Amino acid sequence: MRIVVLSKPVPDPASGQERLTPDGRVDRGAAPAVINGNDEYALEAALKLAEARPDEEHEITLVAMSPESGRDAIRKGLAMGAHRAVMVIDPALGGSDWLATVRVLEAVLRTLEYDLVLAGADTSDGVAGVVGAAVATRVGLPYLSYAATIEPSDGRVRVNRLTATGHEVLEAPTPALITCTQALGAPRYPSLKGIMAARSKEIEVRSLADLGIDPATVGAEAAGTTVDEVRPPAERGATRVIRDEPEEAARQVVAFLAERRLI
Amino acid sequence: MAGPVWVHGELGPDGTLARIATETATAARDIADRAGTEAIGIVVAADPSGAAEELARFLPRVLAVTEPVSGARTAAAVAAERIAALARRDGIGYLVTGAGPEGRDVAGIAGALLDLPLLANAIALGSRGDGPTVDESAFGGKQLTTSSFTKSKGVITVRPNAVDAVPLDIPGRVEPADLDEPLALPVVTVVDRVSAEAAAQSIEEARVIVAGGRGVGGPDGFELLRELADALGGVVGATRAAVDAGWIPYAVQIGQTGKIVKPQLYLAMGISGAIQHKVGMQTAGAIVAVNRDPDAPIAEFADVLVVGDQAAVGRALLAALRDRSA
Repeated sequence: MRIVVLSKPVPDPASGQERLTPDGRVDRGAAPAVINGNDEYALEAALKLAEARPDEEHEITLVAMSPESGRDAIRKGLAMGAHRAVMVIDPALGGSDWLATVRVLEAVLRTLEYDLVLAGADTSDGVAGVVGAAVATRVGLPYLSYAATIEPSDGRVRVNRLTATGHEVLEAPTPALITCTQALGAPRYPSLKGIMAARSKEIEVRSLADLGIDPATVGAEAAGTTVDEVRPPAERGATRVIRDEPEEAARQVVAFLAERRLI
Repeated sequence: MAGPVWVHGELGPDGTLARIATETATAARDIADRAGTEAIGIVVAADPSGAAEELARFLPRVLAVTEPVSGARTAAAVAAERIAALARRDGIGYLVTGAGPEGRDVAGIAGALLDLPLLANAIALGSRGDGPTVDESAFGGKQLTTSSFTKSKGVITVRPNAVDAVPLDIPGRVEPADLDEPLALPVVTVVDRVSAEAAAQSIEEARVIVAGGRGVGGPDGFELLRELADALGGVVGATRAAVDAGWIPYAVQIGQTGKIVKPQLYLAMGISGAIQHKVGMQTAGAIVAVNRDPDAPIAEFADVLVVGDQAAVGRALLAALRDRSA
């Protein structure tokens, strides 16, 4: 199987250092880049699908639009077991809006061959959760979202899609685009062997010119949205600490809830 | 005059209007008033009339699109394609959807079809000139931003509980708007729908969440949390540690790679408040935590911290709540 995994380098949420610059862009210098959490579940799902079919040939390709600073994160994805990567790196992409991201990913997908495209259901830095749907729509792929399971067979794929109160069983012909959740299973750590192997795997870098996209149509100048203000959140009041026995503590909690009109 | 402000009439699993649609409708009315244009709801379903009537309590005009294939295809794709067709026919200023899974899928597909910019996960809406501004929370509330559209058009997804739904004094009118053109997006078939037990309310829309972490100790410990949630009119949530341990399904996980929630009350039982959990809940209205460890990270952002055993305090709290309502 040929599987493309859309993999976004994001500031590491575990660092606690993620922040926006005053003009509302992700501050790439504030925290080291890692592959977005939900994209790692997508990659893990791709690796498991390949491992479950030992008699077939497989190629797992990571696709990322990212500044140069995302390269180490992508290299880690190769160490986990992806075969190759395509990174779109171009200074003109700084400050792009979501439509520019969608156009770039669409343009890359049009140059690749694949049975499935997997992506995280959302990202920890943007959290909009809309890019997968839009890329599928533009490329003309069936779109199956919020996957908890992925079962391909005979030119079709079946997905359990998580909903607010349960799940839907969806089915579509391949190639198809599927957005992935943590329910697919925890990503593996790269093995030492994987890390060594990743050193010789290819990261193909493409520019906007390579994709036939006019730089004037992307980036901050062309964006349809603008961040007007970045501010810290309102301070929460001091924490009221209750150290009494359970019954007395419960009485005080009920009083607090009543005071806030929550009960 | 600017194009209309369209509202996705999202449906719940039972086919009735989802509560988020009443909130997005209220937000859309404000945007339309300021822009001097009209807010129009769209309900797409095999039988849209009931949900359309309900949405018309919040909007002056609702289009009811009868779509026989809905049910066989994913609801979001069908709705998005019909919204895009109506927007092409009648013009568009803004499209407002919920920020849950359905709303995001509609926003992503319709935004791509209509080539519209997008602002996601509004926690509040305002205005500058005659255009809307959208407040968003970055990195789980570490920073807040106010953003706007540069060309007076776009898609806005709105978080549940961000806007208080306000009905109109006089309900609006429902009009049929059947479209003859065939659906063109690639077909994704819905083979089956499965409702989880006791999942009557979506965790993202809940006004009260009683969440448990590793400190709850096991699946049995969540029984007490369910009783507390019932007593408070809320739902149960969990940390990743509790989900990974298999005590409770992933669907109710709160935090990074789980749900981001903004209830009026967040009762955190045996939750340390690690950063991965904090990003999913720190914008809650009131946070009450029960934890043995007074130095746990949650002590830094809870409004009330009870230092003690979560089961003992939980049982006492349940008794106190029941006494109060007796």
